[in-house]
Amino acid sequence: MATTSFATGANAAQPDAATQIEIYRRMNLIMQNDEASRKIIRSGRLMMPYYSQRGQEVIPSAISVNLNDDDKICTIYRGIHDMLAKGVPLRALWAEIAGKVTGTCKGKGGPMHITHPASGAILTTGIVGSSMPIANGLAWAAKLDKTRQVTIANFGDGASNIGAFHESLNLASLWKLPVIFVCQNNRFAEHTRYENGTSVDQISKRAAGYGMPGITVDGNDPYEMYAVANEAINRARDGEGPTLIEAMTFRFFGHVFGDDDFYMTKEEKSAAMAADPVPLYRAKLIANGVATEETLAALETDIAAQIADAIEFALASAPPPLEELTRDVYAEQGVA
Amino acid sequence: MSAIETKKITIIQAINEAISEAMAADPKVIVLGEDVADREGGGVVGVTRGLSTKYGDERVRSTPITEQAIMGAAIGAAIGGYKVVAEIMLMNFTTVAMDMIVNHAAKLRFMSGGQTGVPIVIRMMTGAGISSGGQHSDFLEAWFAHTPGLKVVLPSNPEDAKGLMLSAIADPDPVIFVECTRAYFTPYETPVNVAPIPLGKAKVTQQGTDVTIISYSEIFLRATAAAAELAKDGISVELIDLRTISPWDRETVIASVKKTGRAVIAHEAVKQFGVGAEIAATLQDELFGQLKAPIKRLGAPFTSVPFSGVLEQAFIVSVADIVAAAKSTLA
Ligand SMILES: Cc1ncc(C[n+]2csc(CCOP(=O)(O)OP(=O)(O)O)c2C)c(N)n1
Repeated sequence: MATTSFATGANAAQPDAATQIEIYRRMNLIMQNDEASRKIIRSGRLMMPYYSQRGQEVIPSAISVNLNDDDKICTIYRGIHDMLAKGVPLRALWAEIAGKVTGTCKGKGGPMHITHPASGAILTTGIVGSSMPIANGLAWAAKLDKTRQVTIANFGDGASNIGAFHESLNLASLWKLPVIFVCQNNRFAEHTRYENGTSVDQISKRAAGYGMPGITVDGNDPYEMYAVANEAINRARDGEGPTLIEAMTFRFFGHVFGDDDFYMTKEEKSAAMAADPVPLYRAKLIANGVATEETLAALETDIAAQIADAIEFALASAPPPLEELTRDVYAEQGVA
Repeated sequence: MSAIETKKITIIQAINEAISEAMAADPKVIVLGEDVADREGGGVVGVTRGLSTKYGDERVRSTPITEQAIMGAAIGAAIGGYKVVAEIMLMNFTTVAMDMIVNHAAKLRFMSGGQTGVPIVIRMMTGAGISSGGQHSDFLEAWFAHTPGLKVVLPSNPEDAKGLMLSAIADPDPVIFVECTRAYFTPYETPVNVAPIPLGKAKVTQQGTDVTIISYSEIFLRATAAAAELAKDGISVELIDLRTISPWDRETVIASVKKTGRAVIAHEAVKQFGVGAEIAATLQDELFGQLKAPIKRLGAPFTSVPFSGVLEQAFIVSVADIVAAAKSTLA
């Protein structure tokens, strides 16, 4: 599916056994976290705009195992999976989406604006397309500092039609910035089907217009996703510039929580859900002898406990004090 | 008293010196924008001329015509540890980068709970009166002053421009730095060494007792000329150059109007919903009962900047307008 030559087959980078299990751990964490999020909204215990990432677990999991803690990511409202994969701690994340002072941003950002610099999670934007120009700046700083850090800019297929995408790819290519543009193509932008909003059949083809490699991968295949991310990240680290990765995927639960999916057919949704990448990958790990049923089950139980603990922590935490309303507008209003 | 060493420089040179001094003092200060490097001429009017030669093309980086990407690169690099001076050639061109400025630069500190501040200076020039027409002349400072998280600076002379730019670069938050094209080219005797001027501090350039005239940017020069006219008629004017409109120096302005009991506020931007409205509202709130006359606001009529010279001159607040407004408060 590549529009440029990326290593494939035997030449492609392969995750070792421990990394394969780690990819699964991150996928399962995202999946369970998403289920817990939808459940708690349904129960009425938390109210928030929620953009489910269920179905898109592979992409950030297979990318992030190639990243260091000090590499950076920028993501979008549907980016909690990216944040979790990068290592944003569960308690602070849940407290943030619950609007509590113990949250990553003291409850002032909310689920659409998670920021946790210690994990390299620098930006979550609610504006379509706006992860990319800022990712360029982080990459520019790393290049000036010669740190070999890379920045991942996550965005959706719809975002490739906004001006910021085109300006960002041009500048990143011109300046050879260590940035990887990851388009998570879930085939819909809100209610608009891919082909009704996008002029090319593959977004990766747009990379050619900016003089950078572009590649379309099966974003639900952890091995393919890992190999392509690995190569793009290495290119960026070595000063060879940016890559556009189009990762094909599907979101199982619509655009935003409460979406009734009227704009897609039941058949395509059920086909996508039947190909749920999480259980498929799980079965593969066991069939290939990479992990045992017991190992994975234990890991899943552990994740469930961590999420339950984080939710309890978040619900028990205090809301931000009223002073926070006008604090942090400027630096001098920060905590002394 | 020992004489302060001075030389004649323009606002263009003053800003150039401030950026150069900041770059020399701190290797983390970087510059980007369209045509800012010397290969491209060092800026369309030469504000950044010589800087890339002195500090290298990595630190003074010409960009494509890409305002969103310029602002994004500035924001990201700032979060990544740099102090970025980003040039948006003309104030009207900020309109295509408003998402980056308003939704991101201004809000990221707050939305992250104080974790990701954005220390950038966004420089731009603007102003009517040079036949540039409707899309190259607007003063849009009220938009930015209405945005929590941004600071907004508009100097009227080289010394202030230099001192304010030094502070703007050192500031941990995003600063909109507006340079009036009409004021760019006039040389003034300016101290060779200018210390940083704190943002948010107005300057009382003339003490007076009858009426306070409050202004900023090039219109402040007109206010100064108006004060001289008024003096001929025996009217004593207290003159305040705001210099920064967000935050603005309430204490200085309120103290002055408390003393004079009369106020005229003048700016180039359209009067309706302008900076003058905010100041007038604050003054009536603070000084109700102590005012001797209604506060007068002067600004452009509610229209676009016209091309035709006659209309364009009528658009900009004139010395005569300010004189008449001041006299009306004493009538
Ligand atoms: C500039 C802007 N326009 C419109 C919206 C409203 N909006 C939010 S998400 C979205 C769809 C984006 O689709 P895509 O980029 O494919 O990402 P996905 O949500 O599918 O992950 C729209 C139109 C917005 N947030 N920002």
